[in-house]
Amino acid sequence: MAEKEVQMRVQLDQEKCVGAGQCVMNAPSVFDQRDSDGIAVLLNNEPASDLDADVRTAAALCPALAIQLSD
Amino acid sequence: MTETIEFDFPPNRDAMCPIEPARYGEMGGHPKRVRFWDGSTPWLITRYQDVHDILADARASSDPTIPGYPDFTAASAAAAEQRRTIVALDDPEHAVLRRMLIADFMPKRIEAMRPTVQAIVDSLIDDMLAGPQPADLVSALALPVPSLVICEVLGVPATERERFQHLAGVTGATEATVTEVVAAHDELIAFLTDLTLEKASSVPTGDLLSRLAHEQLTTGALSANEIAKLAKVLLIAGHDTSAGMIGLGTVALLKNPDQLKIVRDSQDPRVVSSAVEELLRYLTIVHRGRRRVALEDIELGGELIRAGEGMIVVLETANRDEQQFKNANVLDVQRDSHGHMAFGFGIHQCLGQSLARLELEVVNSTLFRRIPTLALAVPYESLPYRHDQFNYGVHCLPVTW
Repeated sequence: MAEKEVQMRVQLDQEKCVGAGQCVMNAPSVFDQRDSDGIAVLLNNEPASDLDADVRTAAALCPALAIQLSD
Repeated sequence: MTETIEFDFPPNRDAMCPIEPARYGEMGGHPKRVRFWDGSTPWLITRYQDVHDILADARASSDPTIPGYPDFTAASAAAAEQRRTIVALDDPEHAVLRRMLIADFMPKRIEAMRPTVQAIVDSLIDDMLAGPQPADLVSALALPVPSLVICEVLGVPATERERFQHLAGVTGATEATVTEVVAAHDELIAFLTDLTLEKASSVPTGDLLSRLAHEQLTTGALSANEIAKLAKVLLIAGHDTSAGMIGLGTVALLKNPDQLKIVRDSQDPRVVSSAVEELLRYLTIVHRGRRRVALEDIELGGELIRAGEGMIVVLETANRDEQQFKNANVLDVQRDSHGHMAFGFGIHQCLGQSLARLELEVVNSTLFRRIPTLALAVPYESLPYRHDQFNYGVHCLPVTW
């Protein structure tokens, strides 16, 4: 029996965000930055599995450790 | 018991291998203590994982006024209070200032500047090609690129750019006397203060100073003088550093012709972008260590750092850590250099990193394509390297073509 694919969930802590832009550079379809103040916003908290690697990179490179992943 | 290593700190890079990081004792080891000029023994942190962890740790403060903060000299210790700018504050004070600035430096805003930066670089190369040989690539390209680009970001009018560039040059010049540097600093602050006041009474123009004038000055959050000081920090942070990367990056590529060929011959912007990341990792011109002081006891890399103890966090050794980057001492423009520490890590990670990347991408995709015969006019070993400076690079770079 094929194992059910587990959906990755993304959480973003905007209080921690320092606007370095690592998330939008690595996963631009999942993260954006607000025009008004540059703080990151989550466009999609359950991104498709083909984005897993990009989202993991974004989370690992976030200098403020503001991105949490769970699956 | 923790060993204390004895050497004159900070160490200089080897004059015979000027692109290699300085030796910080045995590289890659656990945190050690190093003896400082004042007899104190702050921790020396050189491994990638330890550097990563401590820079992201809110218990490691950047505030130079906290006892135990490791100052490099008596003069800088005496000026601790004046050094409490955005780069030396902890949250929440730091976040208040940083959040006023982020929008102007986010990747999508910076990307929109690409045609402007391209025009600046093309025009400077035109001028250099029209002049005599050998030319100094530092004064012809490496220094004016970041200074003209920061003029665009801040909104310094075209008529004032020459004066701005001159003042910025003097404040960063090693050959200038203390009196000259202080005078240039004061004039620059007065200039930026006047410009901010002028922008506050004009229609918003979309640049950083105009935005701060309208959003922060008119609301009373910052004074014109505070805005001027903040703008000067941005100028300093983005000037020497980008200039160093343009100059030293050119040296590194000329020294590695196979790598240069990959950059020059590719039509793919991703190749240049990857090369820029690798040059940032390999050269790590922001060297000699970030300074921190522990606010609480911190366990790091198998050692216990006690509250009140200082730390020297070395980016250039982290970027040459074999555990993180295979064949770390090899310049390989096609490797995946993601996660390098050249812009630091944690809440103080370089605010202007997208701007730096843009400048370096444009320079590296243009310079060698337009001047395929570019060559050093003097031997690599005899270039005047910035051994004694916080930001590494070359003082001048004579080139021919």
